[in-house]
Amino acid sequence: MPLEATPRPIKIAILAMGGEGGGVLADWIVATAEHAGFHAQSTSVPGVAQRTGATIYYVEVLPGPRHRTRAPVLGLMPVPGDVDVVIASELMEAARAVQRGLVTPDRTVLIASSNRVYALPEKMAMGDGRKDYASLYEAGRAAAREFICRDYSALAERSGSVISATLFGALAATRALPWDRQAFEAAIERGGIGVAASLRAFDAGFRAHADGPTPSPGAASPATDAAVDPRLATLDARIGREFPAPLGDILRAGIVRAADYQDPAYAALYLDRLRPLLDIIGGSDPSCRLLRETARHLALWMTYEDTVRVAELKIRATRFDRVRQQHGASAGQALHINEFFHPRPEEIADMLPAGLGRWLLASRWAGPLLARATRKGRVVRTSSLRGFLLLYGIASFKRLRPRSLRQERETAGMQDWLDLVVLLAAEDYDLACEIAECPRLIKGYGDTHARGLGSYRKIMAVLPALRGRGDAARTVAGLREAALADDSGERLARQLSGIAHQV
Amino acid sequence: MAERSFKQEVTKLRLGAGQEFEGEGILAVTKALLQSGVSYVGGYQGSPISHLMDVLADASEILDELGVHFESSASEATAAAMLGASVHYPLRGAITFKSTVGTNVASDALSNLASGGVTGGALIILGEDYGEGSSIIQERSHAFAMKSQMWLLDPRPNLPSLVRAVQQSFDLSEASNTPVMLTLRIRACHAHGRFDAADNRRPAFTLKDAIEQPRRDVERMALAPATFVHEHEKIAQRWKAAEDFVREQGLNERFDGEARHVGIIVQGGLYNTLMRVLELMGLANIYGDTDIPIYVMNVVYPVVESEVLDFCRDKDAVLMLEEGQPEFIEQALHTILRRAGAGTVLHGKDLLPRAGEYTPRVVMKGLRRFLDRHAPELAGRRPLPEGVARMLEPRIPPIVPSMPGVALEKVDEVLPRPPSFCTGCPERPIFTAMKMVENRIGKHYVSADIGCHQFAALAPFNIGATSMGYGLGAAGAAALNTGETDRRTISIMGDGGFWHNGLTSGIGNAVFNRSNNVTVIVDNGYSAATGGQDILSSAADTPTRSTRHGIEAAVRGVGVEWVRTVTHTYDLQQMQSVLNEALTTDEPGPKVVIAQSECMLNKQRRIKPRQRQMAKEGRRVVKEQFGVDHDTCTGDHSCIRLSGCPSLSIKDNPDPLRRDPVATVLPNCVGCGLCGEVSHAAVLCPSFYRADVVTNPTRLETLGARLAGTIIRFLQRRLAKQEYRHAA
Repeated sequence: MPLEATPRPIKIAILAMGGEGGGVLADWIVATAEHAGFHAQSTSVPGVAQRTGATIYYVEVLPGPRHRTRAPVLGLMPVPGDVDVVIASELMEAARAVQRGLVTPDRTVLIASSNRVYALPEKMAMGDGRKDYASLYEAGRAAAREFICRDYSALAERSGSVISATLFGALAATRALPWDRQAFEAAIERGGIGVAASLRAFDAGFRAHADGPTPSPGAASPATDAAVDPRLATLDARIGREFPAPLGDILRAGIVRAADYQDPAYAALYLDRLRPLLDIIGGSDPSCRLLRETARHLALWMTYEDTVRVAELKIRATRFDRVRQQHGASAGQALHINEFFHPRPEEIADMLPAGLGRWLLASRWAGPLLARATRKGRVVRTSSLRGFLLLYGIASFKRLRPRSLRQERETAGMQDWLDLVVLLAAEDYDLACEIAECPRLIKGYGDTHARGLGSYRKIMAVLPALRGRGDAARTVAGLREAALADDSGERLARQLSGIAHQV
Repeated sequence: MAERSFKQEVTKLRLGAGQEFEGEGILAVTKALLQSGVSYVGGYQGSPISHLMDVLADASEILDELGVHFESSASEATAAAMLGASVHYPLRGAITFKSTVGTNVASDALSNLASGGVTGGALIILGEDYGEGSSIIQERSHAFAMKSQMWLLDPRPNLPSLVRAVQQSFDLSEASNTPVMLTLRIRACHAHGRFDAADNRRPAFTLKDAIEQPRRDVERMALAPATFVHEHEKIAQRWKAAEDFVREQGLNERFDGEARHVGIIVQGGLYNTLMRVLELMGLANIYGDTDIPIYVMNVVYPVVESEVLDFCRDKDAVLMLEEGQPEFIEQALHTILRRAGAGTVLHGKDLLPRAGEYTPRVVMKGLRRFLDRHAPELAGRRPLPEGVARMLEPRIPPIVPSMPGVALEKVDEVLPRPPSFCTGCPERPIFTAMKMVENRIGKHYVSADIGCHQFAALAPFNIGATSMGYGLGAAGAAALNTGETDRRTISIMGDGGFWHNGLTSGIGNAVFNRSNNVTVIVDNGYSAATGGQDILSSAADTPTRSTRHGIEAAVRGVGVEWVRTVTHTYDLQQMQSVLNEALTTDEPGPKVVIAQSECMLNKQRRIKPRQRQMAKEGRRVVKEQFGVDHDTCTGDHSCIRLSGCPSLSIKDNPDPLRRDPVATVLPNCVGCGLCGEVSHAAVLCPSFYRADVVTNPTRLETLGARLAGTIIRFLQRRLAKQEYRHAA
């Protein structure tokens, strides 16, 4: 004879990372339930996961008066497919909950914070290692009965509290648990620690439910359609006249960057340099892929990061304001900004007029002297007069830049690349596009820059062997990916030797 | 000072009869010890039983009142040897550590203890660190119980059962003169629940009595010929006494259901999982009423023969639910049934996986197989909830069968998120320096150890090839010692492991055997990985322990000549040059580098309140934080590959011309300084800056800033004229 049906517990799983207060959230839920006279049990498997790893907390609440019923047998771990509420402190953790089978369309309310806390492989990639935001979001949306996704992390930050409090507010707002808002808030009050801030955050989390979904941070792209500086109006008009419309945003960004880097004449030079490619490819490039990538990388190459540029950016008023705001320094507090520089003789020679710079590097006494002086990195306090004036002085080398050693080198390299793109544009469009994207490898400073430049040159060196082959474009794309796979250059070397064997 | 303060929890230890205890499982066990009249407690911290130690460390007042001696033991062997006090005296003693690494270390003492047996109740509380969330090798403690013949309890995971099990363990130990092991699974340790408290008991016979009236009995010593007698005594007397006690006191439980012809035998610790599965299948309710008879083994060793035969009588088939391998209990049941000539069919690991955690899904699948075969009328009594049925057979099986997981079809990879060094951890720069030295002078064999520093084996450092056990870093490289090469190996050891055994097993051993290798001792001032407990070399001043015994003095004491102490690990230049020297010096003998900086987690806990107080009092307080200028960052992320700090992250590149994300420093940065050091030492990038926000600046400071500000702003206005931007 089957047993009589008895009440069933409400099951809640919390996926969080160490230090996010997942345990506090579980405690609040238990406290609310027990205060309401219900049976409740929570447990977790923190282990070493407390050190920034992902971890899971699990709570079961049995509706009904605790003192008048027998003690129930509650579960210590969630059963896939048998969870009523899943709370995830971050979007990939929400996807992890789906992956673990904890979210099912027949019953699960999934509360997920839409922010991303990037996993190490995503952060340490040499290019963009971030996982596809939209697919993580979609995983949650598709799996849950109800998907509530808001940026609870940002809400918490704005409330001066932590994410556990906003998520608790979000839980209250779902009505998945049979208590009113006051019962939840009372649990925070009874907890007695940081009550005011937690209640503020709770309120923000609660109200976000009605506000509807927040736009996903992954969808946001930098604004490029803003109008340009009025002093560049003539160049802006030229872009409209001479270039295809879809290119407008990139070119406008390009002229602003070039003018800011040097002067408006330099910005004009930027457009001039694009002309040959435009003349060749013009109307036969409807997607504008080649023009676009070339325009983008040309602008970046022409505005390479040199010591002068860095000094100028560091001492701007806008930058000082940004630092003050970012670190929350109030008017009454003093703010010291300390920069970490490690210029080497090469960088100093690069700033000088080409002849002088070359002499310095070759000199038997000046070079070593400089090397000794620059062996250690220095900390420059730009907010002090001394530090500021030092960088101000370096920034004033901007006027010498057009004749500098670095400019000579970069212009030569850039021109070779540009000529190559123009040459290939007619010969092998796809290959030209891939070559246009290769300067992506050249970035950073010092050793990083040298490594990137090295990879770039290695790819350029095999190009003669690839030209004319049907898979040339694909091969170059593969080599570029290989160069970004590891910073030891192993994978690139392997692929290059593979090519050497083929020819 | 431990990671958490337990002042709040300590008050719960004072509850008495008529009051209700509410809290974590492990605290309930701690309270149960006091209710049982324990005289002494020792142990070694580690998940999941650290809290037991931490609470007692904060409860010295209560312990004094009850006359209980508590020690944070030097190692599990020390803790186990402590139980020697219960051999001759009617003293109840308890020790605790995590399985099976703890039992491994304690084995010597436990074997000796179990041989002669005990007079007073001797209890070994094991944090059974198995399955999801575990941080150690996956083995069973069961084997230790069997080989030394100590009884093993695995109680149902609810607070009243756990508390009852502690008290019964002491009784059982005394009734059978045998030490008792009590396993507490991870989730049970952390389970929140309630139980009715009883008064604490001060033991009738005290430590003072024992010391002042020494007793001895050579028959109880592990010394031949007594040891030969002990082995027979274990079987003939103690075993029988234990079985009788377990049966008479009803330590195991039976829940009878209406289906008489099938039954389930389950380890107590798996009971809740089984009941949930039965409930989902419509064969039990939430209060534990069941259709299928269940025999719950709260005592899993010894197996009580008569109870098993009694349960199996009239049953066609019985299923044994036993987690872990080998299946010791199942084998014992087969022996019992066969010897008795019973016809009952016994199933177990033939229907369930041989390895891995018994999650509800695993149990459900095994149970369905069993019922399909022997009681199909029960198998389909109620359809499974839709979601559960859907998740029972994942479309793509997970990599580790016992680990939960179903495949996502259209989703970009969900990355694992293993633990790593905390924000600002002083151990990170040690490995940054090693990575940089490696880039310069080539790779070395690295023998790792147990502790936070073991996270260096993962990205971004990828340093460490083996870890042979706690404190065994240096010993792990002992064989790689030959005059045929100048290349040295590097061993890592934490301060916790060093004091646990590394001083002798690693350092002393290297001196004696004329090793040329390098050992890096990570001295962060605490046993950090287990929750920040104090150790011999901790800097803390505590009234109950003696600290500040330097590692360098100890190392020199056992004969190491070449020792370098780096007192600020964040100084990458120094860290690199010391490592470099250790790897290249001509001096013979072991090279020991002591890398010293306080655990950041503990440091923040220590200084934050003090800084808040100082700021309130109007004194000058500086808060240092790092930042990245997004307009000079080019998105290569070299800095992240050399650091891996959680507060060093990435964000969208605000530059419309660039695609790769830029580095960014999150607000939880503690300003440890590594970012700046890395950009200096690795000649990385000028994007890092340190912002010092000064609360209550001095008058001179304010005046200077105002003066500089005036000139700076004038010059900035001139600069702004050359600035070109998108019009806002």
